[in-house]
Amino acid sequence: MSNIYLAIVLCPLIAALIAGLCGRLIGRAGGHTVTILAVGASFAMSLLVLRDTLATGTVFNEPVYTWLVTDGVRMEVGFLVDRLTALMMVVVTFVSLMVHVYTIGYMHEDPGYQRFFSYISLFTFAMLMLVMSNNFMQLFFGWEAVGLVSYLLIGFWYTRPTAIFANLKAFLVNRIGDFGFLLGIATVLAYTGSLDFATVFGRAPELGAQTIEVFAGSPWSVATVACLLLFVGAMGKSAQMPLHVWLPDSMEGPTPISALIHAATMVTAGVFMVARMSPLFEQSEVALTTVMVIGATTALFTGFMGVVVNDIKRVVAYSTLSQLGYMTTALGASAYAAGIFHLMTHAFFKALLFLAAGSVIVALHHEQDIRRMGGLRRYLPVTYWTSLVGSLALIGFPGFAGFFSKDALIEAVEAATIPGSGYAAGCLLIGVFVTALYSFRMFFLVFHGNERMDEHTRQHAHESPWVITVPLILLAIPSFAIGWFTLGPVVFGDYFGPAIAVAPPHDVLAQLGREFHGPGGFLLHGMLSLPVALSLAGVAVAWFAYLYRPGLPERIRRVLDLPYRILVNKYYFDDFNEKVLARGARGIGRVLWKGGDVAVIDGAFVNGSARLVGWCSGVMRQLQTGYLYHYAFAMVVGLSVLLAWVLSRG
Amino acid sequence: MISLTHYLSLSAVLFGISVAGIFINRKNVILLLMCVELLLLAVNFNFIALSRFMGDTTGQVFVFFVLTVAAAESAIGLAILVVLFRTRRSINVQELDVLRG
Repeated sequence: MSNIYLAIVLCPLIAALIAGLCGRLIGRAGGHTVTILAVGASFAMSLLVLRDTLATGTVFNEPVYTWLVTDGVRMEVGFLVDRLTALMMVVVTFVSLMVHVYTIGYMHEDPGYQRFFSYISLFTFAMLMLVMSNNFMQLFFGWEAVGLVSYLLIGFWYTRPTAIFANLKAFLVNRIGDFGFLLGIATVLAYTGSLDFATVFGRAPELGAQTIEVFAGSPWSVATVACLLLFVGAMGKSAQMPLHVWLPDSMEGPTPISALIHAATMVTAGVFMVARMSPLFEQSEVALTTVMVIGATTALFTGFMGVVVNDIKRVVAYSTLSQLGYMTTALGASAYAAGIFHLMTHAFFKALLFLAAGSVIVALHHEQDIRRMGGLRRYLPVTYWTSLVGSLALIGFPGFAGFFSKDALIEAVEAATIPGSGYAAGCLLIGVFVTALYSFRMFFLVFHGNERMDEHTRQHAHESPWVITVPLILLAIPSFAIGWFTLGPVVFGDYFGPAIAVAPPHDVLAQLGREFHGPGGFLLHGMLSLPVALSLAGVAVAWFAYLYRPGLPERIRRVLDLPYRILVNKYYFDDFNEKVLARGARGIGRVLWKGGDVAVIDGAFVNGSARLVGWCSGVMRQLQTGYLYHYAFAMVVGLSVLLAWVLSRG
Repeated sequence: MISLTHYLSLSAVLFGISVAGIFINRKNVILLLMCVELLLLAVNFNFIALSRFMGDTTGQVFVFFVLTVAAAESAIGLAILVVLFRTRRSINVQELDVLRG
């Protein structure tokens, strides 16, 4: 089997190298052919792997290459393929394949065509390395590699100053997260002496029992410290508050990568990582509560921002942030399976929504402001219907994939008993309403109502070519259907088996599972529950405010001026970062430069010692008169002193 | 009777005169060279007197070596003096301060 795993990983890498290094040689068609074939092959083999793990349930956990052994710590490339990994592999390669095909249409005029294909193929490789790793070292490699590709792709149009600003911001914010992540890995290594997942998880109860004094006088459990640090990494990558600021800006990149990297796969790496580390997180209730509270806060408060932005891609970006918050909350409630399930359904419908947004953008000649769209239903029928499916899945309309995942998730959080679960459940419920509101606000403003674009754009508005619409349709199918036949085994069944460990007192999904009687019953039960009512209310409000009474939002805006301004300014996170953190860092830098470098090191040490030597020699040179008799005198005096000393000692 | 003390005293006086000559003389490099010679002669005097007193001729052999070296040294010193005079048109000790820092 290990050959198949290697092939899954290496196909996209080789394709990326061919497209990147020989891009001119193979031309545009060659560039997309080679990468699509490679990713398609990876997808096919991932399906094989999924079928195999489903049939046999065997877990592959072996190193394939030992990089180095130092002081007993083995750094290896190895694969851990269980059902969690298999699911992630299929999701990653499927969405990646769709995005590859879509890119042919979206980027067909771009001069950096082969470069783009090379990057997204490289991304697929890095993401697969991340999800398939069996040790922290490789996990970190994949983690950084996807970060690098994300950086390259946000700044893909490198002549735009905003894109360069955005990719630098993404890189810096992720650096903060990665710093915590690295410290977390270091803590694990220091207390277990191993980087291997199986070994570390085997010793997880020990970590929970040991304590460490982070601040003098307050002993913390090692598991808490390690998990909190690891979660800082997840906060960076999965854009949880307050490290979420990079994700909306990352929309400066081309739309296909917004779909692939900044919605469907890379940003879910943090969620995946926490689920993978479930044996560790189960040891620490503090860490779980932190995860849950941060996730719930992100889910609600980023959703609010989605209601006020007018850039079509940013609306989807804020909804991504909010949905990532949902997944994280589920992780905090120990409902890892529900979190991963939502990750999977979200990957499909969010990629779909992004690609649909891209289709709209192409049709309107790179217009992104939803205030200048409207009535596009007639011009873009395929995009219209597919984004309707995506939006319904996103708001959790009964029967769609998002309904099953979100409803299971919310029920799990409601059933959780750890501290903070009440707050989290409240945030998530309000979040459902907000999600429906911003999703359908965008949907109505784009596809219904008056046509607000200018005459020229309207005449040229047309449905996108098949390379764009086919991925939309292919993504719409799982967005609708995937929940029906996966909900039972994945969330309430034993699909994950030993891949995810939940401590019995935390196991909310098992409690819910006892009342679970197939997706049909779940659907009926869900129809009568609060989330569905809230999401329908959100749609109704969106319809009322943006179609029925289009003047209403403006009036509300004038009444609620202060909250509106706070939202438009993104809770002043960016201002805080720029004015306090960035300026503070620059200030400290300037003080250290002027005070430490220029004054102390250069002034006192370097020039100071030179000046001291100069002064000493200035004094000493006075002794050198050049007259022979002075030297002779000194000689005689010296000699007599020496003699006197020798003689007096006897 | 002339005792060892007298010889040694004479030698010390000669040594003192020559050292004083080196310090006090500020005019003439030739005088300086002469003082150096006198210095060596005072030492020689010590050697001979003590050699006689100890009944050991090694000291007198030493004197011959010192005389030989002194002759060579004064030859070199005079040669330097001539070259010095040619380049600087002066043998005034007061003006020879190019070693000053």
